[in-house]
Amino acid sequence: MKFTEEHEWLRTEGDIVVVGITEHASTQLGDVVFVELPEEGTTVSKDDEIVVIESVKAASDILAPLDGEIIEINEALSDEPSKVNEDPMGEAWFFKMKPSDPSQVEEYMTEDEYNKLIS
Amino acid sequence: MAQGLKKTPLYELHRELGAKLTEFAGYEMPVQYAMGILGEHQHTRKKAGLFDVSHMGQVILRGRSYQETAYALERAIPMDVLSLDVGRQRYGFLTNDNGGILDDLMFSNRGDHIFVVLNAACKDSDIVHLRTLLEPDISIEEIENRALIALQGPASEAVLGEFNSQIAAMKFMDIETLSIAGAECWISRSGYTGEDGFEISIPSSAAELVTRSILSKEEVEFIGLGARDSLRLEAGLCLYGHDIDEATTPVDASLTWAIQKARRAHGERAGGFMGSEVISQQLEEGTDKKRVGFLPQTRAPMREGVEIFATETSEKVIGKITSGGFGPTVGYPIAMGYIASEFANSEDDLFGELRGKRVPVKVAKIPFVPLNFKR
Repeated sequence: MKFTEEHEWLRTEGDIVVVGITEHASTQLGDVVFVELPEEGTTVSKDDEIVVIESVKAASDILAPLDGEIIEINEALSDEPSKVNEDPMGEAWFFKMKPSDPSQVEEYMTEDEYNKLIS
Repeated sequence: MAQGLKKTPLYELHRELGAKLTEFAGYEMPVQYAMGILGEHQHTRKKAGLFDVSHMGQVILRGRSYQETAYALERAIPMDVLSLDVGRQRYGFLTNDNGGILDDLMFSNRGDHIFVVLNAACKDSDIVHLRTLLEPDISIEEIENRALIALQGPASEAVLGEFNSQIAAMKFMDIETLSIAGAECWISRSGYTGEDGFEISIPSSAAELVTRSILSKEEVEFIGLGARDSLRLEAGLCLYGHDIDEATTPVDASLTWAIQKARRAHGERAGGFMGSEVISQQLEEGTDKKRVGFLPQTRAPMREGVEIFATETSEKVIGKITSGGFGPTVGYPIAMGYIASEFANSEDDLFGELRGKRVPVKVAKIPFVPLNFKR
């Protein structure tokens, strides 16, 4: 698994990449009450703002970590945004994307490097 | 945390209990505890929440008699101060020459003086303003050696009643001096959450002891400013500097219920307060905007600053959100703000602009939850 400075995790499954936010990010955000996801089939560029997360405190954006196409979104988060707090690293993944340049994944941090960043 | 922030007498207790602290009105205040904002909000509505509001201003106004002090205060606020009975409290606001609101406040008849509670962010300027208007006939004393806490929620009466049997007899907006855990407390049956509850002014030296004693009760949890904000929003109560300010009048802000008959046109003591001409005229004729509630029609919260439009494509801004977020008790997003008066009773979909998209929103009645005061 790889991690971004924006506190996203990326898990490669074959030729697709699953993206979510880290435990640390979900704790910092507080209780999540709304998640707006991109539409399936959207072509995105790295650093596009494609997800909006609203906690009781504030709204934040999630950036596309890679260039590519959104192939699946986690619809369950629309009905149960609190899953982002309950299981951010598992059930509450945000979207799956097909990167146009899979090597971009390798630019991100390892788990050890990420843990250093947040410690 | 920035240097130079003021601390309340309960600061060390907040730290000990693991509060997440933030700057608010020049104070280092708890925004939430381990339970989190949602949990703290729900707990307050179901049982009882304890809030440190010691940052708020506590002021004593004293003339030769209550009557003299009341007449003087009526120059600063458009409320009927004179007829307020001993041991009773009222909501009010300081106005400026244009009828705008300088601050909102609570004032009470304490027999030989008036006790006033002011917002933290405004208290210094309020006191200067009051000195200009009322001195030298009335002395103005800022009480800096007392903490202020609020116990709010349905279990409040039972909890506080364990410390003093006279608590249960108090009605909404009564105020009395009563002993709690050995400390002389000034207690009013009021608060800012829409729930039954009490505000308790405690000598600073006893503040931690009294607070710990109340917190030791099973029904009570410490609650931060985060939940205080969502609770007051659900209750439709204004946050000064957001929902009301110097540019909004009481008529704009739908707060005319707080201006008693005696101070209105043809009342016994009509006018005579700052901005009275503007406010009297507006009471007759209305104004071009009005504070209302808003219900976003999707799950996306609309927060402060979101502009409101009549249709999906119209260019003219007809309103603006001044407070908004998620209502934990109602379970959906809620907001309040201002709307052009002709839309104040609209039942149609209006549109809030959210991240460049027009999202439907309806004007709604406030409060969003029933008020559970003990009248």
